[in-house]
Amino acid sequence: MASLWEYANPVKFIRTTDRVLPWISALALVCLVVGLVWGFFFTPDDFRQGSTVKIIYLHVPSALMAINAWLMMLVASLVWIVRRHHVSALAARAAAPVGAVMTVIALATGAIWGQPMWGTWWAWDPRLTSFLILFLFYLGYMALWEAIENDDTAADLTAILCLVGSVFAVLSRYAVNFWNQGLHQGASLSLDKEENVADVFYFPLLVCIAGFVLLFIALVFLRTQTEIRARRARALLAREQVA
Amino acid sequence: MIALLMRDLRLAVRAGGGFGLGLAFFLIVTVLVPFGVGPETGLLTRIAPGVLWIGALLACLLSLDRIFALDWEDGSLDLLATAPLPMEGIVSIKALAHWLTTALPLVLVAPVLGLLLNLPGPGFPWLVASLAIGTPALSVIGTFGAALTVGLKRGGLLLSLLVLPLYVPTLIFGAEVARRGAEGLDVQTPLLMLAGISFGTMALLPFASAAVLRINLR
Repeated sequence: MASLWEYANPVKFIRTTDRVLPWISALALVCLVVGLVWGFFFTPDDFRQGSTVKIIYLHVPSALMAINAWLMMLVASLVWIVRRHHVSALAARAAAPVGAVMTVIALATGAIWGQPMWGTWWAWDPRLTSFLILFLFYLGYMALWEAIENDDTAADLTAILCLVGSVFAVLSRYAVNFWNQGLHQGASLSLDKEENVADVFYFPLLVCIAGFVLLFIALVFLRTQTEIRARRARALLAREQVA
Repeated sequence: MIALLMRDLRLAVRAGGGFGLGLAFFLIVTVLVPFGVGPETGLLTRIAPGVLWIGALLACLLSLDRIFALDWEDGSLDLLATAPLPMEGIVSIKALAHWLTTALPLVLVAPVLGLLLNLPGPGFPWLVASLAIGTPALSVIGTFGAALTVGLKRGGLLLSLLVLPLYVPTLIFGAEVARRGAEGLDVQTPLLMLAGISFGTMALLPFASAAVLRINLR
């Protein structure tokens, strides 16, 4: 049995992901289509929220992935710092824009859902606010990657930023909770999503979540491959110029 | 260490700019707020703690890229790195110098600006206390950001993007202490949280800043 660390070899990584990528993408597509169609057309309307509840099939999975993408970046950054596998750093870099887009989807669908439900597009509710801060973290992380020319330096610095950022993201989450306690908070804001979901909604939601996870994996694989190939091309060009 | 601190302080005072600029910026932000939201006294009283905190935070932010930039340009940062002092110590001293030259004047001048914004009487001591306890965290976090961006040509804008989300918890608890103090409520919990953040960042973040600086100097 091969060790997991063998995939730190870019050639091996590309070969393996090339083999599994079509399957993962196809599976992601199937899950998303099945989950969304099932969710949108074959579930009853919620008795309180009407048909607006159906946005849950986009909102919950994207919010989940927005947080998990950062978690994955944290793990990948740790692997880079400890074992210095380049693929790991590149995977972290590849995940950041995907995570940022997931955050935007979650915020946007939340706003679209919140407008008819709470009568407002945006409320300074702890959950919403911490997501906005998470989005800022993604922006800073990506900007730092772009700003530094040397690849290894960029990987090192962004890895440390990711570690520090994770601590502060958790801290912000609790700080924001605390901050809003003294302020006005409508009862509808504390609406617990877990309780809200009956079995009819639950299964298509699970399929959608699976679809989003697979989509995320596929995108990260693809973007990491692209990054590896771009680096190769750059190395080849540099060699040609020297020769 | 003390020599380094004195050197930084002297440079800050003599070079001008950095020292008074933060204060002037704080004053300008505070003066602009009534123009923006209207001169209604009750409203100003209500928002004064938060506005003063944001003003202090922005003034702090303004001077961050000076922490390492000048030393980086003239090469003295490389000399410091080879000095017997550990990098963590250098970073801490730099943060302390930044706090003494930028944040401390803000803390001292905040009550005067509080007058301008019609801050209620009991709010003054708590405003000063919250700033005094919270601004060290701002300096330490800012030093981390400055260390991250030290080698970059246009690091200033990036620096604010990186540092602002990290400032959020400090701002929340700091402004909360000032607000509760102004309204005569119990301030113990946010005050302890604020102190916790300050001490926590002071204890841990210099290691991250030093690591980042070593990478940048490599």
